[in-house]
Amino acid sequence: MKLKLKIWKQKNAKSGGAFETYDLDGVAPEMSFVEMLALLNQTLAQQGREPVAFDHDCHEGICGSCGMYINGYPHGPVKGLTTCLLSMRHFKDGETIVIEPWRAKPFPVVKDLIVDRSALDKIQVAGGFISVTTGAAADANAVLVSKKKSDLAFDSAVCIGCGACVAACKNASAMLFVSAKISQYALLPQGRPEAKERVRAMIAEMDSQGFGSCSNTGACEAQCPKQIKLFNIARLNREYYKSY
Amino acid sequence: MNKTLFSAVSKKFVMALAGLFLLLFLPVHLGINLMLLKSDPEPFNSAAHFMATFPLIKVVEILLFLTILIHVTYGIILQILNWLSRPVGYKVRNKSETGAFSRFMIWTGGSVLIFLVIHFFNFYFIKLGLVDGNPEDFYSVAWQLFSIPGYVILYWICFLLLGFHLYHALQSAFQTLGLSNEFWKPVIRAISLIYAIAVPVGFAIIPLVIWLFK
Repeated sequence: MKLKLKIWKQKNAKSGGAFETYDLDGVAPEMSFVEMLALLNQTLAQQGREPVAFDHDCHEGICGSCGMYINGYPHGPVKGLTTCLLSMRHFKDGETIVIEPWRAKPFPVVKDLIVDRSALDKIQVAGGFISVTTGAAADANAVLVSKKKSDLAFDSAVCIGCGACVAACKNASAMLFVSAKISQYALLPQGRPEAKERVRAMIAEMDSQGFGSCSNTGACEAQCPKQIKLFNIARLNREYYKSY
Repeated sequence: MNKTLFSAVSKKFVMALAGLFLLLFLPVHLGINLMLLKSDPEPFNSAAHFMATFPLIKVVEILLFLTILIHVTYGIILQILNWLSRPVGYKVRNKSETGAFSRFMIWTGGSVLIFLVIHFFNFYFIKLGLVDGNPEDFYSVAWQLFSIPGYVILYWICFLLLGFHLYHALQSAFQTLGLSNEFWKPVIRAISLIYAIAVPVGFAIIPLVIWLFK
C-alpha cells in the first residue's frame, strides 16, 4: 500500500505547529497503525530526516498511550479499538490520512502527536482509589458482591485512561473517564465508605484542570476503545447529588 | 468561587431542572393556543385573561421568567467554558457518532430565544402597554399575525428548531439528573421523540388550519 500522510508537527508545547506531508510506500495491510508510523520513522531516519514523535507502549490495547486523532476520529474509524490495534486494512491504497494530536486545553502538546495527559492522572489521584489498612490480604469472599454489579464495575474498570473521550467530545469533557473511575468503586461495597469524598474531589479536580462539561452528545461512548457506556455518566451525576 | 455549587455537574443540574420546568409549560401554552381554532374568540380571550390576572398564575409567571433567565444564562456560560476547553481545534471535522441535534443546542436554543423576543414584542408588550393593541383581545392579535405569510414561515422555522432542541433536551435532562440507565434510556428517548414532534406540530398546525379552513 502507498499512503499520503498529513501529520501535525510541533517542536514543543510553546512553539506553533503545522502539518507536514509524507509519502509512504510499502505499507502492508496487516500492519497496525502504530507499526505503519514506525515504518515511516524508519524511512525518515534512513533519509536523515527527523522522525515523527508519537506515544505507544503495550501494542495490545491496554496501556492507553497510543491515542491520536485519525481522519476525524480519535483512535481511527473502527469502533472499539485503540490506535495500536487498528489495522491498516481499514485504509485504502493511495489514501490520504490526516493525523492530529488530541486537542484539549488540559492536554498540551509535548511534541508532534504526543500530548501530556497527566491531567487525567491528577483526577485519579484526587479520589480514584480506596484506602485500605495494610496487612494480610482480606479473603476475597468475605464481602459478597452480586454478579450483575461486579460485571458492571468491571465494565467501567476497563477504562485505560487514553483520553479518547476528551478528544472526541465537542466540549473536551472528561466526564466519561471520571464516570468510569467513579463507577468501578461506586458499584462495589469496598468503594462505598469513601464514595462522597471521592466523587466531590474528582469532579472538583476535573473542573480545575479545565475540562468542559457534558452535553450528552455520546461522542465519547462512540469513540471509547473500551466501549465504556454513557449511562456511567448518569451514575456519576447520581453519585454527585447523593453526596449532598 | 464555590467549587461544588458551581461545578460543571451542578451547572448542568440547574440547566436540566430549569429546562424541564419549561417543558411543562409548553403543553399548557399549546392547550390555550388550540382555542384559536374556534371561530368564537371568547374561549381563547377568557383563557388569556385568566392567565394574565389569576394571582397564582402571576407567581408562576415570575417563576417562568426566572427559569428562562437561568436556563439561558447557564447555557451561555457553559457554552463559553466548553469552547475555552479546546482553544486549538482539529483540522479535520470531528466525525464521531453523536446523538441527533445534540451538537447544536446552543444554536437551536438561541434561535428559540430570538423568537421569544419577537413573541414578547407581539404579545407581552401589549399587556405592559409598551406596544399598541388590545390586551383583552389577543385572539385578534394572533389571527392578524397568522395572516402575514412571512410571520407564519418564521413561526414554522422556529418550531422546527424548537423540536430539534426538545428532542435532545428531554433525554439529556434525564441523563444529567442521573435518571437514566441501560433499561430506561430507550424509553426516555421514545418519550423525547413523541414530545419533540407533538408539541411543535401542535403549535405549527394552528396557522395552517386557519389558512386552509377559515
